[in-house]
Amino acid sequence: MSVDSMFVHKMWDEEELSKMVDGGIPFPMLSDAGGRVGTLYGVYDNEAGVETRGRFIIDPDGVIQGYEVLTPPVGRNVAESLRQLQAFQLIRAKKGAEATPSGWKPGKATLRPGPDLVGKVWEVWKVDQAFED
Amino acid sequence: MSEELNVSCARPIGSEVDQGIDDSFVIEGAEASKAKKEETTMIMVGRKAPDFSAPGYHDGKFVNVKLSDFQGKWVVLCFYPGDFTFV
Repeated sequence: MSVDSMFVHKMWDEEELSKMVDGGIPFPMLSDAGGRVGTLYGVYDNEAGVETRGRFIIDPDGVIQGYEVLTPPVGRNVAESLRQLQAFQLIRAKKGAEATPSGWKPGKATLRPGPDLVGKVWEVWKVDQAFED
Repeated sequence: MSEELNVSCARPIGSEVDQGIDDSFVIEGAEASKAKKEETTMIMVGRKAPDFSAPGYHDGKFVNVKLSDFQGKWVVLCFYPGDFTFV
């Protein structure tokens, strides 16, 4: 979503993005002329007249599970957004019985929060795991 | 999921979808609009995402998309400064 019109979205998709992604952008490219929606989400820069780089993960109940906002010159890390999405999906599937520690990725160990884990995280989770690829 | 738009010279814009504010206590006049403003600018994890509808381009068509139409699915909502920019 940006302040550009849907007509400009069409041209951008046809003229440039379809040369990067086969078949063009597969999801809706939304128009927020005037920044009303961006204002609602706290990411519209009124002085510059554009949206900042806000990214919101919204669950199937419509609840915001995570967000990140960057100023325009720095691009996002899409892999990190996908990692967070996978983590939130796992937590939801396990109905909160498991949690994903720092550095978690799909396939890595989760934690089971509860009285037995208090003071024992050091036994099941090592600092190196926060930095592993 | 999304309704197709009839294209004319008018440029449709996005807007908030009123979600029925809890009116268990009623504030009148200026105070009410101030309270509503504060409420709508509060974005927090664990809270409902404000519903909105916005025009857009998808799959060769011009469409109108409402966030609440995606109820039951995971949504990643991304804002960015502008088309044809670099990052």
